Amino acid sequence: MDAFEIWVTVAKVVGVFGLLLNVTILLVWMERKVVADMQDRLGPMRAGPYGILQTVADGLKLFFKEQITPRKAELAAYLLAPALAVVTAFSLFLVVPIGRPFTVSTADGLREITLNAMDLNVGLLFILAVSSTAVYAIVLAGWSSGSKYPLLGGVRATAQAISYEAAMGLALVSVAMYTALTYDSGGETSLSITSIVAQQQGTWLGFIPQWNIFPLFIPFVVFAIAAVAETNRAPFDLVEAEQEIVGGFHTEYSGMRFALFFLAEYVNMFTMSAIGVTLFLGGWGGPFLDDIGGIPATLLSIGYFFAKVLVLIFVYIWLRASLPRMRYDQLMDLGWKRLIPIALGWLILSTVVLAARTFGMPWS
Amino acid sequence: MLGDLAKGMAVTFRRMIDTVFGRGPITIEYPHTFREKPQRFHGRHVLNRYEDGMEKCIGCELCAGACPARCIYVRGADNPEEPISPGERYGFVYEINMLRCIFCALCVEACPTEAITMTQLFEMSTTNRADAIYTRDELLIDSDGTPHHMFPEDPLANLQELVNADGWMRATAPQGRAAYTGVVAWTPSAGVGVRDPEPPQSADEES
Repeated sequence: MDAFEIWVTVAKVVGVFGLLLNVTILLVWMERKVVADMQDRLGPMRAGPYGILQTVADGLKLFFKEQITPRKAELAAYLLAPALAVVTAFSLFLVVPIGRPFTVSTADGLREITLNAMDLNVGLLFILAVSSTAVYAIVLAGWSSGSKYPLLGGVRATAQAISYEAAMGLALVSVAMYTALTYDSGGETSLSITSIVAQQQGTWLGFIPQWNIFPLFIPFVVFAIAAVAETNRAPFDLVEAEQEIVGGFHTEYSGMRFALFFLAEYVNMFTMSAIGVTLFLGGWGGPFLDDIGGIPATLLSIGYFFAKVLVLIFVYIWLRASLPRMRYDQLMDLGWKRLIPIALGWLILSTVVLAARTFGMPWS
Repeated sequence: MLGDLAKGMAVTFRRMIDTVFGRGPITIEYPHTFREKPQRFHGRHVLNRYEDGMEKCIGCELCAGACPARCIYVRGADNPEEPISPGERYGFVYEINMLRCIFCALCVEACPTEAITMTQLFEMSTTNRADAIYTRDELLIDSDGTPHHMFPEDPLANLQELVNADGWMRATAPQGRAAYTGVVAWTPSAGVGVRDPEPPQSADEES
């Protein structure tokens, strides 16, 4: 790794940070506007044109508010939890490529720059690992607040995360399996996000895009449901159910510490949509990219990527505006009795197919 | 279960399409735009004047007697040398406690001279109890028909709405008697003149 690569990586990490902060501002605004439209309301209208600066105003307000620490709080964990939530939320996005790689000419010749901050060859594993760590933030926040409602929220978070983490992991393994089955990655592992995206380029019959969602529709559904549960959003927002347990894990947090949890929630929502797009909807892929080539193709691919992410985010918001919160036992039933068996069954099926393709039938 | 889910999602999606492209949202940006209120909206009271500037109130205290909340206090006095009302007496003290008022408009019904009417103004929040007692000066309209407003600088002050006084007295043919259709049983007021009759109501339409 030479100086050029280091500087490019630094620039990309800073870029991801800035991108996610701005996306969060727009996302909160978009959610409020869409929910308002679905409920025949106007939504925020006062701060900036059509209230687009409402989130900035809210953030500034929270920034200057007093940060209350409960007397019974376990201080170290209490202070660590919001930071952990934000760190995991931001680092999850690092492996997601947001556009087509492009080449620049430097003193050492042509260099290819990928549009993900880290091109890990175990990207899929990284996603699973970091998203599991994110649960610790919520559990720690609930436990360390020294108050009963946050504790209930934390306990709920633990159970919910374990249930749906399993389903999501199995769905993601299906993707890795399928990639190994169909794509000659040339030495790259099929856990690499880059090769998963590369495998989805091209079309069947000239017009159906080779997205994983078509052969892997069932894992996609499992992933989508588990992603909603992972990010603790309605209808799976039992962790912070206002009507039952006040605010759940963040009841005792105020000011900027609460804002960090809020930020993490929306960054997670965006990241989960981005991961869904990358793994199942062809990532940055789209028509005309190879015809154009170069930097314009990269810009166009970024446009494709964000358009697809926007669709998934809209579904997230749509779900929130439509569905009531699930009961706790229904949540557990759905996780353990439906999603995990379905994902497991699909995994076994694809394992058998993969083995048959690789080693031949047992009788042959 | 999935069918119910799809049904619910369809409802919200339809509402969104309707709000964005169709009828628009139900709510309004309140201080910037105002809803058109019904003609007989029971808002704040005003004391009217005749077109020559004379007060309509004759200090008879019938409104105070009719008031079920006992929020009106009137003390009549003999007209001075320069008469204030065309009658023998005038409302020397006139106070309405808006904290007690139930906006039933029985005072408007009781008034023999149409002196007290209700307007469409409803923004009456005050920062203390004393301000909620409207005195004679605050209730009387100006000689050009503009009612007094507690806080005219307030962004919520919508003086235009104050001109639309309660239409109860202007109701024509309330019992559907055809002989009174289009007849205005109303003396002219300062700044407004004779108010237009309400659209006639007939007994057939009522049922």
